[in-house]
Amino acid sequence: MKDELKKRLVKGPDGVEFEVDPLRDYYCDARPQVEPPAISKIVEDFFNWARAESLWILGFATGCGAIEMRPLMTPRFDAYRFGVQWRPTPRQSNLFIISGYLSTKTLKRVIRSYEQMQSPKYVMGLGSCTINGGMYWDSYNTIKRLDDYLPVDVYVAGCMPRPEALLAGFEELKRIIREGKGEGANKYAAEFDRYKANQKKVIHDWDMPDYNW
Amino acid sequence: MRELYEQLKRLFPLGEYTEQRRDLAFVTVPKDHLRPLLIHLRDREGFTHLVLLTAVDWIEEGRFQLTYLMNDRAGKRDLGLRVLIPRDGAAMEGIHDLWPTAATYQRELREMFGIDFPGSPRVNGEFILEGWTGMPPYRRDFDTKKFSEENFNHRPGRATKDPAKHMKDKLYPDEA
Repeated sequence: MKDELKKRLVKGPDGVEFEVDPLRDYYCDARPQVEPPAISKIVEDFFNWARAESLWILGFATGCGAIEMRPLMTPRFDAYRFGVQWRPTPRQSNLFIISGYLSTKTLKRVIRSYEQMQSPKYVMGLGSCTINGGMYWDSYNTIKRLDDYLPVDVYVAGCMPRPEALLAGFEELKRIIREGKGEGANKYAAEFDRYKANQKKVIHDWDMPDYNW
Repeated sequence: MRELYEQLKRLFPLGEYTEQRRDLAFVTVPKDHLRPLLIHLRDREGFTHLVLLTAVDWIEEGRFQLTYLMNDRAGKRDLGLRVLIPRDGAAMEGIHDLWPTAATYQRELREMFGIDFPGSPRVNGEFILEGWTGMPPYRRDFDTKKFSEENFNHRPGRATKDPAKHMKDKLYPDEA
């Protein structure tokens, strides 16, 4: 357990001492809930159309594939014309792109970021590293299958995929969402225990609450 | 570089000399003479910059080789000092008081190779790995493939094909 997460006495600017328990005070420990769909199908379809047309990406560069995002943002490929844009914080985004290899150390940050994102949220695995480990298949600190730890909606194969492949991936993800199959957040909530068990198997110094909301 | 070696040899009991390029050479140094030699190189010979400190695992000989690479910026030349230490209970005197940057290298060596540098700042803290309890992963007797198979789930269906043959079969199936 890290020192900054331990229970401690803090003296405020007014001289009053109070106790801080970071794991209890700064995090919510409620489990995620499965969100039921809207009452009527036509409303749910409308929601899904709207979700598909505004994919907001969490700008968290986890691996080498993050370099493909720069040409995507800029005028040559210009992903903004597809309703895709990059956001600086997990709270504002609904698409998490895992851009390549994921070390167990980064996986911890990825889980924290993923859990801070608002539902409905989607995960795109980019590159062969997220699919089967890629060139890091025998490495001591990179995971081999991303879908053990997070619900992945769409994979884009390649090492690295070109920006065109990513644009095709966005189109595929939009199709999945419009069909109502982009249920990653609900899958995560439903199979929460399985995902947590897998995550804890590789992250040995688990120093955060189970749900980092 | 040969002249420098001959000069240094009069002052220190130096070992094997290897010249890689005109401006890059390596010298083996006994463990106890490393510190005076480093100070001499830094203060008298102009090797003011520590480029890197790294290790090689000579598992067959039961030794670690520490390489201290020094740079003489004015003379545009590099000198590597090789120090061989026993692999069992590997420990070495730190040089973080000569170059503060060495402390970072020493933390890395402590974590990745398990070489101890007593007294070096934060040397026993976590450096890159988090929650690592097993054998240091850069040691050659650490089996990364086995570790990966035990810890990370494998996706079935991964097959290796010879690219030339595969493309030939795929493109010209009649000729194969």
